[in-house]
Order: sequence, then C-alpha cells, then structure tokens
Amino acid sequence: MSFSRGSREIFKNISLDIQRGKVTAIMGPSGTGKTTLLKLIGGQLKPSQGSIQIDGNNVHQLSRKDLYQLRKRMGMLFQSGALLTDINVFDNIAYPIREHTELDENLIRSLVLMKLNAVGLRGARELMPSELSGGMARRVAMARAIALDPVMVMYDEPFTGQDPISMGVLVNLIRSMNQSLHLSSVVVSHDVPETMSISDYIYLISGGSIVAQGTPDELKNSSDPWVQQFIAGQPDGPVPFHYTASPLMQDLLGE
Amino acid sequence: MNSRKLEIAVGIFVALSFAAFFMLALKVSNLITYESSTGYKISATFDNIGGLRVRSPVAVGGVRIGKVASIEYDNENYEAVVTMEIEPKYNRFPSDTSAGILTAGLLGEQYIGLTPGAEEKYLKDGGKITVTQSALVLEDIIGQFLYSKADEK
Amino acid sequence: MLDRLQVLGQRVISVFSRLGQATLFLYQIILTIPGLLSRPSLIIKQLYSTGVQTLLIIVVAGCFVGMVLALQAYYVLVDFGAEDSISQMVVLTLMRELGPVMTGLLFAGRAGSALTAEIGLMKSTEQLSGMEMMAVDPMQRVMAPRVLAGFLAMPMLTAVFMAVGVLGGYLVAVHGVGIFEGVYWSLAQLKVDFYTDLMNGMVKSLVFGFVIVWIAVFEGYDSVPTSEGLGQATTRTVVHGSLAVLGLDFLLTAIMFGDI
Repeated sequence: MSFSRGSREIFKNISLDIQRGKVTAIMGPSGTGKTTLLKLIGGQLKPSQGSIQIDGNNVHQLSRKDLYQLRKRMGMLFQSGALLTDINVFDNIAYPIREHTELDENLIRSLVLMKLNAVGLRGARELMPSELSGGMARRVAMARAIALDPVMVMYDEPFTGQDPISMGVLVNLIRSMNQSLHLSSVVVSHDVPETMSISDYIYLISGGSIVAQGTPDELKNSSDPWVQQFIAGQPDGPVPFHYTASPLMQDLLGE
Repeated sequence: MNSRKLEIAVGIFVALSFAAFFMLALKVSNLITYESSTGYKISATFDNIGGLRVRSPVAVGGVRIGKVASIEYDNENYEAVVTMEIEPKYNRFPSDTSAGILTAGLLGEQYIGLTPGAEEKYLKDGGKITVTQSALVLEDIIGQFLYSKADEK
Repeated sequence: MLDRLQVLGQRVISVFSRLGQATLFLYQIILTIPGLLSRPSLIIKQLYSTGVQTLLIIVVAGCFVGMVLALQAYYVLVDFGAEDSISQMVVLTLMRELGPVMTGLLFAGRAGSALTAEIGLMKSTEQLSGMEMMAVDPMQRVMAPRVLAGFLAMPMLTAVFMAVGVLGGYLVAVHGVGIFEGVYWSLAQLKVDFYTDLMNGMVKSLVFGFVIVWIAVFEGYDSVPTSEGLGQATTRTVVHGSLAVLGLDFLLTAIMFGDI
C-alpha cells in the first residue's frame, strides 16, 4: 500500500497485518504519518496504490453506505478527543447510539452509564467537554469510541501530553477493554514504554516504510541500531541530532 | 434541558417575522386592493396618457374603485388604449360615463377619474368609454401660455 | 512580463478551482437535505443561533435606518411641499433595497462569521473527522442544518427589519415632523406594490441568505485548522459575503426593476 500527498510520498509500499483480538501498535517518530495511516484505515483518505482490507472488504471500494456500515464497527480515539463541544459528556456518548439506533431513552441511559462506568467517569456525565481535563476528555472519547460495541478500536496517540497518573489509567483501560470486549486494537504512539507494555505486536515506521516489526520482546533484543535508538530514546545515533545542514564551521564563517 | 427555552425563542422569532410580514403586506402595500383582481374590464382611448402606468388607480370622486390593467397602443387610430379593472361591486356606471387622466396634486401621481353620465344602460365587462379627456402635459400648457402672452402684445 | 502573466493565470485558476470545490460542497450538502427533514430539532437549534441571536441587531439597525430615511426624505420633500410622501420613500427604499441589503450585511457580519468560526473550530478539533468515524455524515448533521436555517432565517430577519424600519419612519414622520397618521399609511398603500416591491425584496433576501450561508459554511469547512487560518477564514466570510450581497443586489435590481 502506498500513499502520497501532493508530491510527497508518505508511505512507500508498506504492508501491515492487524490481528483480531490483539493489540497492535504502530510506532515511529513524529511526522511519519501515523495519524494518516489511521485515516487510511478508516476510509477518510484514499491510498494511491494498493488496498486496505477489513474482514475481506476493500475499504476503498465500498459504497458510501457500506463504508458507513463498516465504520459503525470501528471506534476511533482522536488525539484531541474530538468531543462535540456543544453538548455534555452524557450526550456525547449517547450521540452515536442515538444516531444509529432507535433505542428508547431509558435504554440509552443505561448503556451510556455502563460505558461511562467502564472508564470511571460516571460521575462526570453532566460536565461539558470544556470542563474536562485532557485525560478525562480522552477517557470520555474512549467511552464514546466503544459506544456502539465495535470490533476494532483505533487509538491515535492516546498517551501524548498526559500526566503519569492518567497515562497509567489509559494504559490499563486500553489493555482491559481489549480483553473484556474482545476488541482488535490499533495503537498509534511514540511513547515507547507504555506502548511496549500493552501491545502484542509492534510495527516501527520511519521514512515511509516499516523499519522493524515484532513482539515487544523481539524488538527490545533487536540488534538494529535504529530500533535501539528509538526504544532507548538516545538523542543521537542513526537518526542524527542535526537536521541536514552544511558543517557548522562553514555556516558560521558564512562560506 | 434548555431545549424548551430554545424552541420557545425560535417560536417567538418565527411568529414575530410573520407578524412583520403581514403588517407590511396589509398596512403599507396594496395587497388589499388586489382582491379585486377579478373585477370587470372596461376600456377607454386617449390621445395622450401622460405619466399613467399599469396599476395606476381608477377613481370616482376621489374614491379608488379599480386600477389600470393594461396600456396598449392602437396602431390604426394612433391612440393609447387603456384597459381598467373595476371592482365588481361598482357595477352601475352609465354607458356615457367619461374618463379623464388627472393628477393628484401639482406634481403628483396620475390616475384615471371617471365621471358618471346619465344613460339608463350600464357599462358591462368589455365595455368602452367613448368620452375621454387626455392627460394635461405641463410643457404644452406652458407653451400655450407663452404663445397667448406673445399674441397679446 | 511572463512571470506576471503566470501569476495572473495562477490566480484565475485558483479562483475557479475554489468555486468548483464550493459548488461540489454545496451539492453534497443539498443531497443530504431530504434525510434531514426527519430531524427538525437540528434545524430549530440552528434557527436559534442564526436567527434569534441576530434579531436584536436587526431590530436596532432597522429602527434607526427607518428614522434616518424619514428625516432625510422630509428635508428634501418639504421644499416641494410634498412631505406627505415621506412614507412612500421610506417604505419603497426599505423594501426594495435597504431591507434585504442591510439585513444581508448584518447577517454576514453576525451570523456568517459565527458559522465560519464554529465550523472551523469543529474541524480543527477533529470533531468533523470524529463524526465521520462514528459513521455520522457531517454534511448532513452539521452543514445542512446550518445552510437550511440560514436560508430560512434571512427572509424572516428581513421582514422584521423592514417592519421595524417602517415603524421607525412612522415615529419620525408622525410624531417628529407632524405628518397625519392616516396620510402616512394610505400614501404608502397607494404606491407600494405587494409583488414588485415587497415580494421582490423577499426574493432578494432569500438569495442573499443562501449565498451568505454557503460562503460561511464553505469557508469554515475549507479553513486551515490553525488559529491564524481560522481568523482569515472568518474575515473572508464577512468580506466575500458582504461583496456578494452588494454585487447580487445590483444584479437583482437590474433584473427586477430594470424594466417596469
């Protein structure tokens, strides 16, 4: 599968396999197009070559109606949470349920409270999104992502910008929800230890192609210097500290 | 939920705008006089209609009883043919009624004034008024006035 | 020289491609409208934010415009002894031109900019993408109700503006300079035609409303999701919306009143 935006090629012939019921992590430095990858999976963007298949369906050959049917079985957690800001927490989670089902309000209420309970925010249901902390907003978004009982949930940078406590909460939630709801999860992240701790299989992406893949243990023991640099977070290595430039002395002397 | 308040506010807004529209339609436009668009038609020919237009009023004794429906030019007699639409309830105009083009005030709008005659028969739909007086054209009057002054000397 | 020609060419091409995008965007919205009719609550909510929240400024502006018109008409007409005709001038000006145009300009400034900012913000906070991933079509749930509500709100606001303006003129004419009340209303009735004046004004307002919300919603949807991009998009909505109103007004006036 390839994807280009304008003349810039973002992915060059990459091939990923996401296994049912497992947590698959996609990791890589910032700016490698990890979010783009999720959008490709969700059918919001179209690959320039190749295909994306979910349950044997080619996402980009589905009709609009079938694509929407498919999306009902996918949940996605956005980096910013993407909660609707004009309605409160309760209505945000009820939103997809109300949109897609004809359930009566009592049933919706029970469903929403169960989802909120799962992320531990049952008490926050009356709050508006603007009153939530970043971690809480992400948990609400998580509850919303599982509102329609999807088979697959995609997490876009779930740990970025979180304090250690909410990070721990999120890590636990992703793992436990994956087990209790039999989900297939895709986690896109560059937070190494957290992601390593919850994922079953990891793809490392850089420069538009897959650099390494394997279980967390395999990667830890990898001899590839690039993998080691990324996992250990060393400032210099195969990925240079300096952006490509002429030698310093030459620059300073203005030659 | 405050959706009730919101709906009430929108309700008030819609009601207000309809009230505004009907006030405009009934109070400051000629919509009421449109109800007579099913009136009967009579025509009259004039040498000169001045500033008369379609929808100019037709009045008797200053009371509006209809409007001008169409203005055409008769190619054979070199005259303007004005068709008037008169409200059905004013159906007792003698057949020798005369029509003149008058001006409301010195510079005002022009309208057709009817002067009822004395015949026993009444005008019917499609009837014709034969006695007409053309519009006063200010330039002509001034011209005449100047010539007569010149003649006096 | 060639460079300048190239710049010119690029500009023209980009203008047309944007127009094309905007048209496609509108087409997508219109396709979703039939499905929206089963959800009137969405439209009512938007009627509130585009209509009710713009009402106050419309009422205030309408009242002052009517009063000023009456006063100026009086100064001119009194020299000809024709001050009785104030109402004709006030009502005709309001219905044919100022009602729809002023309402359009105020609507672009008040409701249009708010629409662009709201949608732009929804885009930059990924709410639109989020909806798509929840299998909810943002065209239908976000764009279409706003377009429809704006389209409905404009003529209503225009009617209010005209009516308030006529009443403002009435205040000045009858209580200010002493025209008889009956004369004010009856002379207006004599001259103002329901179809050519009032209804044409309403048609104008429908066209303006449609174009303004179209611009506002498209600019929001097409905005660059940064604070700077959002600011630019909002400005563009007000500027393009206002220019569109003025330009279309000239066109419509020429069509409607050009040949009576």
